[in-house]
Amino acid sequence: MNLDFTPVWQGMSGLLHGAVVTVEVTVAALALSCCVGLLVGIARLDPKKRIVYGIASTYVLFFRGTPLLVQLFLLFFGLPQFNIMLPAFTCGMIGLGLYSGSYVSEIVRGAIQSIDNGQMEAARSMGMSYGQAMRIIILPQAVLRMVPPLGNEFIALIKNSALVSLLTISDLMHEGQKIIAISYRSLEVYLAVALIYLVLTTIASQILRLIEKRLRVGGMVQ
Amino acid sequence: MSAPEMTPNAKPILEICDLGKSFGSVRVLHDISLKVMPSQVVVIIGPSGSGKSTLLRCCNCLEIPQQGSITICDKDIVTDGVVLPEKELNALRMHVGMVFQSFNLFPHLTVLDNVAVGPRRLRGMKKADAEDLARAQLAKVGLAERADAYPAQLSGGQKQRVAIARALAMEPRVMLFDEPTSALDPELVGEVLQVMKALASEGMTMIVVTHEMGFARDVADEVLVMDGTVIEHGKPEEIFSNPQHPRTQSFLQSILSPG
Ligand SMILES: Nc1ncnc2c1ncn2[C@@H]1O[C@H](COP(=O)(O)OP(=O)(O)OP(=O)(O)O)[C@@H](O)[C@H]1O
Ligand SMILES: [Mg+2]
Repeated sequence: MNLDFTPVWQGMSGLLHGAVVTVEVTVAALALSCCVGLLVGIARLDPKKRIVYGIASTYVLFFRGTPLLVQLFLLFFGLPQFNIMLPAFTCGMIGLGLYSGSYVSEIVRGAIQSIDNGQMEAARSMGMSYGQAMRIIILPQAVLRMVPPLGNEFIALIKNSALVSLLTISDLMHEGQKIIAISYRSLEVYLAVALIYLVLTTIASQILRLIEKRLRVGGMVQ
Repeated sequence: MSAPEMTPNAKPILEICDLGKSFGSVRVLHDISLKVMPSQVVVIIGPSGSGKSTLLRCCNCLEIPQQGSITICDKDIVTDGVVLPEKELNALRMHVGMVFQSFNLFPHLTVLDNVAVGPRRLRGMKKADAEDLARAQLAKVGLAERADAYPAQLSGGQKQRVAIARALAMEPRVMLFDEPTSALDPELVGEVLQVMKALASEGMTMIVVTHEMGFARDVADEVLVMDGTVIEHGKPEEIFSNPQHPRTQSFLQSILSPG
């Protein structure tokens, strides 16, 4: 077996650029996913609010029940039929964000429901509205419980983002494939790409551990 | 703190008329009527499952009774299942303090913030003013020096005293206590009862569900015995020394000589 990493070294700046794009699309998608997830998670708290609950549940059903790649292709190749042409990066961000949002919404809902009902009752009996009680009392406690599963979601998102290379986005995966196209060194290049993904996910999990530690110092000694 | 100044010719602070409440097909409360005058302390006793908590929770619409009406400070908060509009209800709840068996302090806030959060967010007070008020209320329950602690660092008795301070910081017209000492170790019950006694002697209007017969005897103006409805009511000495209803007799016997 002869391994030749020269193409990797020669293409390193391209790979690093790709890594930056991967981080960008992932962070943008995570921001979208958290916003959507928060709204959908709250919308799914009360099945008695039929319409809101129904819309939110349909969203979760679709985005959790279909492949991410199909969702990305629908956005990128499907929408142009309605004359909606989104830039590839935007498609990637929205696709990843909506997909991940369906999982985040379950994280949000689970965390909120895990807060003792007495908290809501105490807040309401002081005269807080439902929204105030949510914002001031429930969510700050729930967020702490969301952090570890959100961390896992973030790491999954980094890895899933490799699929956006199929939308012509020049992410890490795409840059790797470009090098392979001219050098035919698949093994070496994919190993290098895997290693860079590993570095990204490791950094992400370290950051998350730090955040968790910070939040715990913030007084939630429960 | 004394509540009565707005009601010179002594209108009731809280009035309940022919209240009825069911959970599904199970009727938990029926035909309950009650008047609580300013500065009055009403103690509610009764066996487990007799609807004491439900009655208290109806008084601030945490539960909605299907029949009858509840009037607080001249406002009908609920009439035959129709509740006051959300905004007015929230405004009225500020005047009704509630203390829970399980404290329900906010674990992510310091003791000071637990007490200050209401004045700050609901009464529109400035941060510094709200904190001053909170410190004053904490001093009143003997916990001024624990202002910076988190609830998890307190004993049960201290937690309940913070919960009382939190309710007091809203300057309520009436306070509802649902078995405030039942979750406490016996040696911590006294400190909470003492705070409640002090409140009563300052003229706070109180409705207290409790099994502390000593407290009822010393502090209550009236004792209600419940079993789905009010089966007996009167001065504590009458109820305790000369109970009329056979179910009152057996209930008193069961708690005065347990086991
Ligand atoms: N949310 C609810 N849904 C259904 N049934 C309920 C609910 N809350 C209370 N009940 C029922 O209503 C009855 C009265 O309950 P409640 O808690 O008011 O009694 P209690 O007198 O406070 O009892 P305890 O001394 O045990 O606290 C009980 O039979 C209880 O099972
Ligand atoms: Mg009860």
